[in-house]
Amino acid sequence: MSAATAERTGSRNRLTSGQLPRYATLYTLAASIVVAAAIMGLMGFNWIGLAALSALIYLIAITVLSSVVENRRRATDRFIRGLVTVFFILALLPLISTLWTVVSKGIGVMSWSFISTSGGQSHIDPKTLELVTPQGALQAIVGTLEITGLATLFSVPIGLLTAIYLVEYAAPTFWLRRVVNFLVDVMTGIPSIVAGLFAFSLFTLLMGPKAFSGLSAAVALSVLMIPTVVRSSEEMLRLVPADLREAAYALGVTKFVTIVRIVIPTAIAGIATGITLAIARVIGETAPIFMAASFTDSFNANPFSGAMQTLPVMSYTGYKFPGQDIELSNNLAWGAALLLVIIVVILNLIARLVAMIFAPKTGR
Amino acid sequence: MSKNVNVKNLNVYYSDFLAVEGVSMDIAARSVTAFIGPSGCGKSTLLRTLNRMHEVIPGAHVEGQVLIDGDDLYGPGVDPVTVRRQIGMVFQRANPFPTMSIKDNVLAGVRLNNKRISRSDAEALVEKSLRGANLWNEVKDRLDKPGQGLSGGQQQRLCIARAIAVEPQILLMDEPCSALDPISTLAVEDLINELKDTYTVVIVTHNMQQAARISDKTAFFNIAGTGKPGKLIEYANTTEIFNNPTVKATEDYVSGRFG
Repeated sequence: MSAATAERTGSRNRLTSGQLPRYATLYTLAASIVVAAAIMGLMGFNWIGLAALSALIYLIAITVLSSVVENRRRATDRFIRGLVTVFFILALLPLISTLWTVVSKGIGVMSWSFISTSGGQSHIDPKTLELVTPQGALQAIVGTLEITGLATLFSVPIGLLTAIYLVEYAAPTFWLRRVVNFLVDVMTGIPSIVAGLFAFSLFTLLMGPKAFSGLSAAVALSVLMIPTVVRSSEEMLRLVPADLREAAYALGVTKFVTIVRIVIPTAIAGIATGITLAIARVIGETAPIFMAASFTDSFNANPFSGAMQTLPVMSYTGYKFPGQDIELSNNLAWGAALLLVIIVVILNLIARLVAMIFAPKTGR
Repeated sequence: MSKNVNVKNLNVYYSDFLAVEGVSMDIAARSVTAFIGPSGCGKSTLLRTLNRMHEVIPGAHVEGQVLIDGDDLYGPGVDPVTVRRQIGMVFQRANPFPTMSIKDNVLAGVRLNNKRISRSDAEALVEKSLRGANLWNEVKDRLDKPGQGLSGGQQQRLCIARAIAVEPQILLMDEPCSALDPISTLAVEDLINELKDTYTVVIVTHNMQQAARISDKTAFFNIAGTGKPGKLIEYANTTEIFNNPTVKATEDYVSGRFG
């Protein structure tokens, strides 16, 4: 046996015959780019054409190469791998492009004073006697946080309790459960503008005409948020193994205590993540807020009366209804968009952190 | 502390489906009774009716009586929660609460039932229960670590500790060793032997050697065919069931012959 092994060490392993060399993919890709560049050179150069042509040449080349040197199975594998990668890059492009546009255009106005001052009426500076119009996003940041916060405050109890009812209490064929399920599905499909109209007309009926307020916008957002919270919490509660509920019941624990002390703590990480993602989803809503809370450049931190500004609305109005200085208004709009993206990123980070903190520990 | 169980003409239904038919048996206090029989013959169902755990499944109900020291479990106005506080249960799969430490798992039954317990009493109870479950020496240095960090066998013994911490009169075990290795199984079997001094133990098992090793009496259940109800075929002392059964089906089952 040792003699046979010794014999084999010098020569190539027979099991590896009929394969392309290790970095064949990279060589082929490089060659495809060079060929594509040469062809583009003849026809007139542009980057998109180069990328598309390289991808095409690469897919053809690697498939032909592989089917000649290797076998059909590997050729198909390499072709599909290439195709999947191409589509992955295609899917990623708009995302990166959007992010790049927002960051590159918004970074210009980003400064401490942009975040810490609010817009408002122009006034004459008593020292220099110049007309000064304060420019800032503070009113929009405060408005966004207050409106979304209130919406969360309304939606989480309603949504979570609905989910608990659906998972823990309603029998599968009970009529109320079907009705609730149907309504939640319908609510999921409500266009946000309809939610805005609902809140606007509700508050107009209650408070009289021109009843713009942050509260009204929060009601509109919670209409959009409740179904998301119900569905995500429901999923998470269903993931809690029935074993745990049975273990608690077998100890003589009541159903209510089992839900509060066993089921919810076990699912809390997922529920918290779901809620945060629901917040991140509605925080960017423009239409319903525009309708229910109108827009303003002045600072208003009272959600119960008066128009309120939010970041998405500020972004919209900055473009649609620019002030005297159109350039500046547009820049402020991009700044608001960037701030919104930053807040959403922070929310997502918080969601991950919460999930990590609450996740059941399995250390030894 | 332990009580005897009398089952009288018990029929168990899942909605309209009759799962177990006409079971009558007397289980003595401070004994180990094993339920054996093929899968689907209703032994687990019957076990779960002994502490009304089958009611967790919507539509499940029973006819007949289960008397615990003469009190009817299914009498009008009996709260299943009260019943389950007196009749503990250990499940096939170890199910410690994932959000709780080893210590909190043992104390879960007491704490979740809103009983106040002083720190020193709690520590004494944890030690007593874990010792009772033969687990104390293995976990005494890491009581505050999560219960799910233990091995499968340890988790199952933790569940037993949790069940005996509420000091039930009767302990029901639904295939407690089916997911365990032989060494953990031995530990649990030793434990059952000790537990029968204080508790009435009823155990469902697929392992006939196990039934022969640990039980005083054995009940053999069988089913005539799919969709038919399970029935109690023979109930006698374990030695009799395994050495000298009166019914042919029992003999075929315990000796491994079927049909």
